[in-house]
Amino acid sequence: MSTSSGTPESWISSFCSLLGHEYFAEVSEEFIEDDFNLTGLQNQVAMYKEALEMILDVEPEEDEDDEEEEEEDEEDISGDLRDGPGRERRHHSRVASDLSVIESSAEMLYGLIHQRFICSRAGIQQMSEKYELGHFGVCPRTNCNQTRTLPVGLSDIPGEDTVKLFCPSCLDVYVPPNSRFQTVDGAFFGRTFGALFLLTFPEYDLSRSGAETAANLGRSADEHGMVNGMYARNIAPGLGRGKIYEPKIYGFRVSEVARSGPRMQWLREKPDDVTLLDEARNFAEEHGAESDDDDESMMNSGRPTARRRPAGNPALRQRQGQNGSPMRVDANGAESEL
Amino acid sequence: MDDYGTESDSDYTSYWRDWFISSRGNEYFCEIDEEYLTDRFNLTGLNTEVQYYQYALDLVTDVFDLDCDDEMRETIEKSARHLYGLVHARYIVTTRGLAKMLEKYKKADFGKCPRVMCNSHPLLPMGLSDIPNLKPVKLHCARCEDTYNPKSSRHASIDGAYFGTSFHNILFQVYPALIPAKSAERYVPRVYGFKVHAAAALVRWQNGVRDDMRRRLRKLDVESGFKDGEDELEEDDDDPEDEEELLQQLAVAEYRGGGAAAATALVPTTGGEAQMGSVA
Repeated sequence: MSTSSGTPESWISSFCSLLGHEYFAEVSEEFIEDDFNLTGLQNQVAMYKEALEMILDVEPEEDEDDEEEEEEDEEDISGDLRDGPGRERRHHSRVASDLSVIESSAEMLYGLIHQRFICSRAGIQQMSEKYELGHFGVCPRTNCNQTRTLPVGLSDIPGEDTVKLFCPSCLDVYVPPNSRFQTVDGAFFGRTFGALFLLTFPEYDLSRSGAETAANLGRSADEHGMVNGMYARNIAPGLGRGKIYEPKIYGFRVSEVARSGPRMQWLREKPDDVTLLDEARNFAEEHGAESDDDDESMMNSGRPTARRRPAGNPALRQRQGQNGSPMRVDANGAESEL
Repeated sequence: MDDYGTESDSDYTSYWRDWFISSRGNEYFCEIDEEYLTDRFNLTGLNTEVQYYQYALDLVTDVFDLDCDDEMRETIEKSARHLYGLVHARYIVTTRGLAKMLEKYKKADFGKCPRVMCNSHPLLPMGLSDIPNLKPVKLHCARCEDTYNPKSSRHASIDGAYFGTSFHNILFQVYPALIPAKSAERYVPRVYGFKVHAAAALVRWQNGVRDDMRRRLRKLDVESGFKDGEDELEEDDDDPEDEEELLQQLAVAEYRGGGAAAATALVPTTGGEAQMGSVA
């Protein structure tokens, strides 16, 4: 559509500016041009070569000759079936009817490349910029306080499900509020991106924005530090005590034992002290005095040596100084000579 | 202001309440019966809450015939909407009101749960407070038992007190057959197919909380409401995980050296469960 050779805008940027494609990052051309990044996509996308050309805005006419040469040994079925004149006809007809097929192939190919790109360093950086600008919307859950969400897929295989929004605050996935996103394939974002984003940018303050961020950052970071490889304050900040809905009738809580009582609170639960989730440490603390001793003795043996070393260093230095004294004498001697 | 224009137009063709519930943004409201509105008992205390109470009530019950300027009329109009909302909160917990709201719930007039695992379960409107002008309306999903913000801004500006904090809970007390089956299905964040440790640890802990709850309920012979098939499934799911953990612990024990350590490593699973129990 927008690929007509006259437009200065690239296919990629026009694709990303389409309605409903707000979640997409613009994949850099270098990334696409690196064949390694496209490994295995040939088999997944029909008319792969044409689609790739379309994405990269390569004029089909220009490399018609190369294309024909390559087609002979490549997988293109129509090329294999037809002879020279037929192929020419195919090129003519391609302009008219195949264009829409190529267009949809290009979209599929771009989506699959996109899935890989947003997990690369450049891609995830670009997505973080989009995230900061709030391009992916916010969590609809009341207790998540408008936490910004991340686009994810529930499958890496195209055609299975549409794009969903992952909320880092409640670790749940939601359907995008606008129906225009219900045509976007979830595989174009993939299962990995959401979780990888959190691991790549652990310092993001997920729960808040603006001035509060700065105020809270220092404080809460001091409180717990790291648990299970993440900042404690970033482990599901939207869950736990006070963030769970309690059903009430005229002010009285509905009992768990009631048939209509709460059954799903566990889904929004979180221990008051997140360090409880540090299973490895809890295991070490609760179990085997031996293992603890091992650790402690390691620590103890570690500390004294660390202490000894700085203590030893001056001695060394002194010795060096002593050793150096003859040198100094020499130097002095030399100086005195001078 | 838009509403006002349509109001004067529709004045000739339909009643105020008809117009009100059919106007844009008021999809969450149901129509209050004439008898309910005219019974003074049902309006107890509202006269102090609503400005121009009598005029507002007249407008709502279609007996308004005061000659006044547009500004006054608009103020009364606003009061009438407020009054209608406050009566609405009381009306929807009556038998007739519940039945009307139930119809709307079945048609998913209040929208569908945005949570993916809830499979578009219909929502119910709810307030976070029964006092007006404090919190806007929220939507409650009976399946995941959580509250969500309405998608549209015109719904997000409706006062939550027009629905109240109790209505959706009363609905399921009155119609227990409608309580949806609960599901333990959930999203697990993964990177290249591997679970993320921090999230997975939280999930394990939450599953412990859930299992404790279900054990408590089983002891009391109360239905947990979880889908039966899924119960087994989820236990199947859990088992390999436990085995995995056990294997990991065994591996750690072996690493630390000695079969004796491996024997002690069998303890952690029970120890861990006991710990979870104490937390819950």
